[in-house]
Amino acid sequence: MASAALRSLEYWAYQYRRTWRGTIASSFLSPVLYMAAMGLGLGSLVDRSGHGASLAGGGYLAFLAPGLLAATAMQTAATEATWPVMGAIKWVRTYHAMLATPLRVVDVLAGHLAWMALRLLLVSAIFLGVMAAFGTTPSPWALAALPAAALTGMAFAAPITAFAATRENDAGFSALFRFGIIPMFLFSGTFFPIGQLPAPLRPVAWVTPLWHGVALCRALDLGTATAGPALGHVAYLGAWAAAGTVLARRAFHHRLAR
Amino acid sequence: MPSDPAEPLIWARGLCKRFGDLVAVDGIDFEVGRGEAFGFLGPNGAGKSSAMRMVACLSPLSGGSLRILGLDPARDGVRIRSRLGLVPQDDTLDLELTVRENLYIYGRYFDLPRKVIRERADQLLAFAQLTERADDKVEPLSGGMKRRLTIARALINEPELLLLDEPTTGLDPQARHLLWDRLWRLKQQGVTLVLTTHYMDEAEQLCDRLVVMDKGRIAAEGTPRQLIEQWSTKEVLELRFGPGEHEALAAKLGGLAERIEVLPDRLLLYVEDGDEALAGTHRRGLRPDSALVRRSTLEDVFLRLTGRRLVD
Ligand SMILES: Nc1ncnc2c1ncn2[C@@H]1O[C@H](COP(=O)(O)OP(=O)(O)OP(=O)(O)O)[C@@H](O)[C@H]1O
Ligand SMILES: [Mg+2]
Repeated sequence: MASAALRSLEYWAYQYRRTWRGTIASSFLSPVLYMAAMGLGLGSLVDRSGHGASLAGGGYLAFLAPGLLAATAMQTAATEATWPVMGAIKWVRTYHAMLATPLRVVDVLAGHLAWMALRLLLVSAIFLGVMAAFGTTPSPWALAALPAAALTGMAFAAPITAFAATRENDAGFSALFRFGIIPMFLFSGTFFPIGQLPAPLRPVAWVTPLWHGVALCRALDLGTATAGPALGHVAYLGAWAAAGTVLARRAFHHRLAR
Repeated sequence: MPSDPAEPLIWARGLCKRFGDLVAVDGIDFEVGRGEAFGFLGPNGAGKSSAMRMVACLSPLSGGSLRILGLDPARDGVRIRSRLGLVPQDDTLDLELTVRENLYIYGRYFDLPRKVIRERADQLLAFAQLTERADDKVEPLSGGMKRRLTIARALINEPELLLLDEPTTGLDPQARHLLWDRLWRLKQQGVTLVLTTHYMDEAEQLCDRLVVMDKGRIAAEGTPRQLIEQWSTKEVLELRFGPGEHEALAAKLGGLAERIEVLPDRLLLYVEDGDEALAGTHRRGLRPDSALVRRSTLEDVFLRLTGRRLVD
């Protein structure tokens, strides 16, 4: 029942009223800082060395910005799918409150995943706005980078939700960030093409969803996307999101209806 | 679908709940009629919450049959839950939201229109004596206030059946009495109450009928009065002697009581006339440090049935 999932989504939107100012401010600030430091600061060195133009027509900043867009979606997804999920199971126990009402386990899950998708759209829209202000949205195709970034996020949000729902405490989350999210952030093509990686490591980068998200967002933003690879990235990211949803559904049933 | 008024609201036969090898509920039978206040009395781990969670359609049965409001929880969980109210053992309030916001969002889970929720929230806040705190966050409220809010919240859908899992555990006496009064009013309004407790006074105050649960089974069933008549004597004489003497002294009191229970800190003599038994104690030359004559309670029933105390 779709409307039941909407009522679960309504909770997340309702409680967001408490924190929206802070999260929106940081959604603005973080791309501004990154683009200023890495894009303009570091970028001017790269461009002066003559490598910038080979990365993207507009230089290093133009190369970096859409990569950061995808990586930020990943980080947002990882944050939204860890502590809030654990909290709704163990601390605030929101899921338990919902399940005492007509909402079912699938509604509870669908509502929360829908909320994560909305958050990703919001964060990515703000990011794209900052990119436009920095002049790094050269093509109208850049608009298509918005759903692409959100899809990238969901390729992480769904499986991480499944993971979080199997945890007894939040100790595993810092490991997830340290050994999963941060290495991907650094080595999946956000800051430099993965061709720079030692050859044996390149296939590792290819299988990470982030590399596909970065490649997709970058191609759309720069207007260089071609149908075949773009659809391939969408399918790969979609598969992660779908598989993650199936696993999350199983984990939620196991955890909440026993 | 209106259910038959004569049909029990809850009907359970051979109800089982297992967690792996652990049997939490071990084949229990019970029925609850419309308008009744029904209790599960039992110590920690007896299986009260497990039974209640199955009735609330939160947890699938491991065995047996269950009908709630004439419906099957496995198939009609959504419809059943839309007509139930649940007060879980551990609160599930959102501490960061205000009192009123907690009521509002919970009403939305039931798909109630905003206007209806607003009207009901005002009434429920008054009922729960929380009107003054309506716009405060839940976090700093006292335990009793949180519990009253949880009960108010469970009433937002005007349920026919209210399930309360240990409604007053951890509250001070005053807060408990206030809660009992509110529950009593609900019962007067015709709401069917099912509650679990390990307080015998709570069971005696609130329940028309109860089952005594121990280790997943029902040890006895009846009204509080029937249970006491059936399993205990009219009065109890409690005697305290010096530490460590109780076991030996119990032997010297033989014949004075129908039954003697030896607890670490006192002796319980089950008798028809407590004063008479106390006089008999003195006649045998025993001088207890203290002596108390009281009526039998459900605690005595529980001790008799299981050899253990309810709360330790
Ligand atoms: N989700 C669960 N997983 C595993 N075991 C459980 C689970 N829930 C309850 N149990 C076990 O089932 C038994 C009965 O527990 P239950 O919570 O139903 O008892 P209770 O009568 O409500 O006790 P209390 O007064 O402590 O609330 C206990 O041994 C408990 O450890
Ligand atoms: Mg319990």
